[in-house]
Amino acid sequence: MEQLIADLKAQIIEQLNLQEVKPEDIGDDAPLFKEGLGLDSIDALELIVLLQQYYGIRIANPDDGPRIFTSVRTIAEFITEQKAK
Amino acid sequence: MGTGLHKEVAYINATSAIGAQGIFRNGQPLAVPGSADVTVLLRAGYEQLGSPYPKFHKMDTLSKLGWLAAEILLTGTPLLERYAAGSVGLALANQSSSLDTDLRYFDTVKDIASPALFVYTLSNIVIGEICIRHGFKGENIFFVQPRFDTTGMADYVQELFAEQAVDACICGWVEVMHTHFEAALFLVEKEAGSSALPLNAHNLEKLYQSITNGNGATDSRS
Repeated sequence: MEQLIADLKAQIIEQLNLQEVKPEDIGDDAPLFKEGLGLDSIDALELIVLLQQYYGIRIANPDDGPRIFTSVRTIAEFITEQKAK
Repeated sequence: MGTGLHKEVAYINATSAIGAQGIFRNGQPLAVPGSADVTVLLRAGYEQLGSPYPKFHKMDTLSKLGWLAAEILLTGTPLLERYAAGSVGLALANQSSSLDTDLRYFDTVKDIASPALFVYTLSNIVIGEICIRHGFKGENIFFVQPRFDTTGMADYVQELFAEQAVDACICGWVEVMHTHFEAALFLVEKEAGSSALPLNAHNLEKLYQSITNGNGATDSRS
């Protein structure tokens, strides 16, 4: 899980062009939207693309988005859960 | 001069220019080395500003170019301290619209379409980025034309002032296509600054030509 979280931070920075953010600036449980990284709706779409590109995971139910993308840890948990299926 | 349609009702108080030869404000070069690589030049110009604006990195090249040119133009000139947000307008033009980004977006469609690129597939998004940054809410328009029609631009902006639709307006040319890029912005206000030129087609063309001649000297004082 820790490695997955580290990988995700690097991938988020690259995918979202967060060029002034370092992986260590992103807390594992810090909110990604509004507070924390302050991501917006376009970033949310890019995160969906990230899951598809890097992990081959599609989000079937859009209503799950807010829960999945709460923090880097919740994304990692979602990926782990999907891979276990 | 112009076409004679309007009295001169506004003044060009400042200019900015970005091209391969460097970055200029009122004809004076910023301490940024010129570069034919637009990415390198815009990044250097952004860092020279010294004030972080993380959204900059998410913009496409056209928006970065226009946004940075506006930052340079408005250095030390906080317009909203003097004007209402709704009375600051923008009128920009270019030749290639958003085609440079359209093509990049099209490349991603072959794999997974990029939402971040898609939102920049309109030329007037650069106006939105400038308005968001500075809080401007006035009239705006983006012309797509073969070359910078300084006569048409001067007439349009003069009309905005004549109708009292704006008290200040940023106008100019912001072009990006492949390796070619060029920005020339002009701050037009209803009151003349200390080194102003009246807004008319002749003065706008004269200032713009100084960029296309490659010396960057878009100085309203020259």
